[in-house]
Amino acid sequence: MKLKGWKELTPGAVILEAGNAEEFKTGSWRAFRPVWIEENCIQCLFCWLYCPDMAIKVKDGKRAEYDYDYCKGCGICALECPGKKGQKAIVMVEESR
Amino acid sequence: MARVLAVSGNEAVAEALRQINPDVCAAYPITPQTELMQRFSSFVSDGKVDTELILVESEHSAMSACIGASAAGGRVATATSSQGLALMWEMLYIAAGLRLPIIMPVVNRALSAPLNIHCDHTDAMGARDSGWIQLWSENAQEAYDNTIQAFRIAEHMDIRLPVIICMDGFIIGHSIQRIEYLEDSEVKNFVGEYKALNPILDIDNPKSYGPLILPDLFHEYKRAQHEVTTNVKRVVLEVAEEFEKISGRKYGFFDAYRLEDAEIAIVILNSAAGTSKDVIDEFRDRGIKAGLLKPRLFRPFPYEEVADALKHLRAICVLDRSDSFGGYGPLFLEVSSALCQLESRPKIINKIYGLGGRDYLPQHAEQVLEELIEIAKTEKISIIKEYIGVRE
Ligand code: SF4
Ligand code: SF4
Repeated sequence: MKLKGWKELTPGAVILEAGNAEEFKTGSWRAFRPVWIEENCIQCLFCWLYCPDMAIKVKDGKRAEYDYDYCKGCGICALECPGKKGQKAIVMVEESR
Repeated sequence: MARVLAVSGNEAVAEALRQINPDVCAAYPITPQTELMQRFSSFVSDGKVDTELILVESEHSAMSACIGASAAGGRVATATSSQGLALMWEMLYIAAGLRLPIIMPVVNRALSAPLNIHCDHTDAMGARDSGWIQLWSENAQEAYDNTIQAFRIAEHMDIRLPVIICMDGFIIGHSIQRIEYLEDSEVKNFVGEYKALNPILDIDNPKSYGPLILPDLFHEYKRAQHEVTTNVKRVVLEVAEEFEKISGRKYGFFDAYRLEDAEIAIVILNSAAGTSKDVIDEFRDRGIKAGLLKPRLFRPFPYEEVADALKHLRAICVLDRSDSFGGYGPLFLEVSSALCQLESRPKIINKIYGLGGRDYLPQHAEQVLEELIEIAKTEKISIIKEYIGVRE
């Protein structure tokens, strides 16, 4: 994205376009990446409920893949995930690996 | 037809606010401003204005409420002094940075410690770098006139910046002076209907105020703010010209008194200029070419114009009613900066006077002018910055 020069800015840094947080990708902040292990998932959707960045997609009422453009790796989903028989359906993996 | 009355400076500014009828005022009492907002709150209680008066628990909240009301899309005013202005400090920068045209009379008073309620300019000088426009007023008439003009300057679509109007606490704020009020209809027509810019209450077009701006854009926003500030001088003159048409009173960046052929001059803000002018007249009667420059627009400071008005002088004394400890007085710094661009320049000295309400007397102006005569003759300065009217 081309950054604006000083002549192109709105007075007082007011944001005039509603809902433009979508343009601001927070995925690059991530140090740990959540990985979904589908066979341990019980479809409780806790992860979807808890995620502060709406980075967990739901399709036809079912847990779908992560939207890594917005997941900033906070780990809340992994903490809340009950998993199946003591096996977590979400694990956090270091980004560099 | 103008109405001629005898009123205090506070009363005069409250009257200007009544005539302008802002949408919102959020204020907190502080000496010596209290009388101003107290009088205005009577107008609110008596139904003389439609203003929503918000009584808050501190000046920090007063300015915060003003910022909210202004961003919402209202015409907004408040008033303060001294510690009150100091408590607003954080919010002052936000009002200017968000480009909100809030109007604030500041009835100048010293800052603690030691605790003092009387006049000096330390309070407004502390707001110097906040991005607010500053207009200074010698007397009640100028404070009234500046308040009315401030709305037009602040709300101009090329500007949209907040304005502080200074007048000396007690000396002007509380003393009764002759004043000519404009008719209500004249003031109403002059300030015109308020036009909001990007108001939050325009709910069909949602918008956000106060986003986080990181290093990739912050520098650009400040550059844009600098640019806007450079437009202020033009608008100040345009508004003054229009104001002269309805009032017959002339305003510019500064008042140049007997300066054209002067050899020595005093540069001084606000009420003490009046005393100095009397003494200058006496020196003129003695055949000494003395003059005075009294800045009106202090932020943005009109450097080129001030330099041009002072360049022919031989010696200048800048009198500051506030000190920058470990530095020169703030007005001296501005005048020196203006002059240093000249090829050859007058000798310049700095006196600190009148702190915490210490009287500025004719003899102080005499003492300064005598010293300037000596400097003009010998071209020698012994002390650059010195306190006057002080006991040893
Ligand atoms: S790590 Fe945090 S941001 Fe990423 S999907 Fe899980 S809860 Fe959402
Ligand atoms: S919280 Fe765990 S178990 Fe529940 S839907 Fe999400 S991944 Fe599946």
